[in-house]
Amino acid sequence: MNSSTLIRNVRLLCPASGLDIVSDILLRDGRIAHLGAGAAAGQQILDGSGCWLMPAAIDLAARLREPGATQKASIASETEAALAAGVATLCMPPDTRPVADTAAVVDRIHAKAAQAGAARVRVLGALTQGLAGEALAELSALKAAGVVGVSNGQRPLANSLVARRALEYAQGLGLTVHVQAIDPALSNGGCAHEGAIATRLGLAPIPVAAEVAAIRQWISLVEDTGGRVHFGRLSSARGAELIESAQQRDLPVSADVAAHQLFLTDAALEGFNAQAHLLPPLRGEDDRQALRSAVARGVITAICSDHQPHEPDAKINPFPLTEPGASGVETLLPLAIRLVHEGLLTPLQMAERLVDGPARVLDLPLPIIELGASLPLVLIDPRKEWTLQAGELRSRGHNTPFAGWQFRGKALHSFV
Amino acid sequence: MTLQLDNNGRLQHLLTTEGLPRALLERLLDRAEPYARAAEAGFKKDPLLVGKTVVNLFFENSTRTRTTFELAATRLSADVINLQVSASSTAKGETLLDTLKTLEAMQADMFVIRHEASGAAHFFAEHAAPGVAILNAGDGRHAHPTQALLDAFTIRRHRPRFEGLAVAIVGDIVHSRVARSNIHCLRSLGCTDLRVVGPPTLIPAGIAELGVSVEHNLARGLDGVDVIILLRLQKERMVGAFLPSLGEFHRDYGLTRERLAKLKPELLVMHPGPINRGVEIEGEVAYGRQSLILDQVRNGVAVRMAVMAEILGQAG
Repeated sequence: MNSSTLIRNVRLLCPASGLDIVSDILLRDGRIAHLGAGAAAGQQILDGSGCWLMPAAIDLAARLREPGATQKASIASETEAALAAGVATLCMPPDTRPVADTAAVVDRIHAKAAQAGAARVRVLGALTQGLAGEALAELSALKAAGVVGVSNGQRPLANSLVARRALEYAQGLGLTVHVQAIDPALSNGGCAHEGAIATRLGLAPIPVAAEVAAIRQWISLVEDTGGRVHFGRLSSARGAELIESAQQRDLPVSADVAAHQLFLTDAALEGFNAQAHLLPPLRGEDDRQALRSAVARGVITAICSDHQPHEPDAKINPFPLTEPGASGVETLLPLAIRLVHEGLLTPLQMAERLVDGPARVLDLPLPIIELGASLPLVLIDPRKEWTLQAGELRSRGHNTPFAGWQFRGKALHSFV
Repeated sequence: MTLQLDNNGRLQHLLTTEGLPRALLERLLDRAEPYARAAEAGFKKDPLLVGKTVVNLFFENSTRTRTTFELAATRLSADVINLQVSASSTAKGETLLDTLKTLEAMQADMFVIRHEASGAAHFFAEHAAPGVAILNAGDGRHAHPTQALLDAFTIRRHRPRFEGLAVAIVGDIVHSRVARSNIHCLRSLGCTDLRVVGPPTLIPAGIAELGVSVEHNLARGLDGVDVIILLRLQKERMVGAFLPSLGEFHRDYGLTRERLAKLKPELLVMHPGPINRGVEIEGEVAYGRQSLILDQVRNGVAVRMAVMAEILGQAG
């Protein structure tokens, strides 16, 4: 691109280098052309007073619905919405239709994303063929096609022996296995956190043990094999506890949490609110507090959106018949900024959970704000007050549990 | 829970007994009284709802419950349409919302809805056109408010004051909308000693927060009670490893003559029906001196008339 922008007096946040200073920065043709005072004026000059500039976020879990469910969203629509919201890299689970279990599907997704030209798309390859949980997918071919990890999404594996072999095989290729820990027998088709609220509403419960049992099983396989596992979308205090104890024993496990789990509990289900129908389910206040603490202490190293856009019909039904998931990519930064306002994270720690934490999970180079570097950046105004209107989301999915929420802080502009 | 009450506190839908003020519950019970007496005296028809249309929309099979709603509406002189909608027909591309809107176009005034999904009645009430009332005839495990009202009505005819009454609800609490609705209703009416009794697999997490005590031993659970509400055990639940066998359930939780003999002589025995003889209850107890099971069926019509009259009778 042929443009230059000078941002004056902006607070630079670079977790990889620990940089946290107020400075001028000149961006020219996608590179950092000058840092500090005395930069030549750009074509565009922005006053960055009170604003933050940091590497754009890397989202570990975003469903873009393409291929296979384009009535919900498309790669073009979601990458555009993400970039506008300060998220420049999206990591996509393999549960598309067809499943991302061949290099051809991965190539097609990469090509579509390149064509859209907005946020960059990274793909998790399918761990098993068709995600059926039985035969391994061609993981080496998937790796050659550029997948950043492998996963069976939310689908179960046939048994623990398949899990063990998959982990061993992936380890040989240097691939991290991404696990969404849900024991299918214990979750038993449920749709809400087991507790007083699900009981009162008569919703089939998902016990905490559904998450804990699955994490335990995978950790025991990590203990056997030394394979690397990333646990996505933790929902419970006990889940976070297990991750922490495994990390203390130097096991190669990491974890992320969806931003909504840090703000909502099962109380949001009151009145059968289908927008709060999520999987894993929103849990209790103790769980929410424990997840926040795990984020603050660095046990959970990444905050993701768990973006799941839906067409309106998917949520227009009695609660148990609605599809789970929320359109989250545009609330990722606003919620993360809220954690700063609430005193849970410093701005630099927030940037760490949105950028470096996820980059490490995906084995991507850590973006560094330095002279000559070329990296996607996001300019954030942490003071900007606004109210979320579901209809104004740029994602095709307007399904959000945060409609009507008042936020302070949002991404003003992404530079790529 | 303002969905079912309008700004003046008047009932516009009946979705759940949760959150209904005591005065309103009592008013509904009071209103059922003359209907029950008229029926007992042989005067059954009332012209109150002439010209109104009530649609019984049942997504779950239930001839018995549907019949009592039908009878209630016809005794109030409403026109009644019965629709049994199978799950498969809604699976053919027509959504529940489409079904509702199509039927609304027939200018129904009230839908009586039974659906297997918890929250179905709330869903219909949220999407119904203004002036169209929703009466919940059972949604999943969530609520069955008219059953709770008829149970309260039946109890009240024998025990006029709920304060001081000890009531035990026995059996499959986890899957029971009747249990949940009874708990809310009896609590609001002033009953403070409410117990749920069953094996831990059939008691849902956090039920105590609804204001009940939990007991796994039947003898302790029934100690000193004035009313026992037995719940129907769905035999198909057996596959989920909830229980080893129906025989074991009967031995530990079934109400037998022998057990009954040790309890208060004026104790009342209730069951929403249909009963599983030899499972929740011994056959001769079901029709014994203390049983109100047939009263419940009879009162069901009067109570449903009262609810329909309350919602539709003053809308003008």
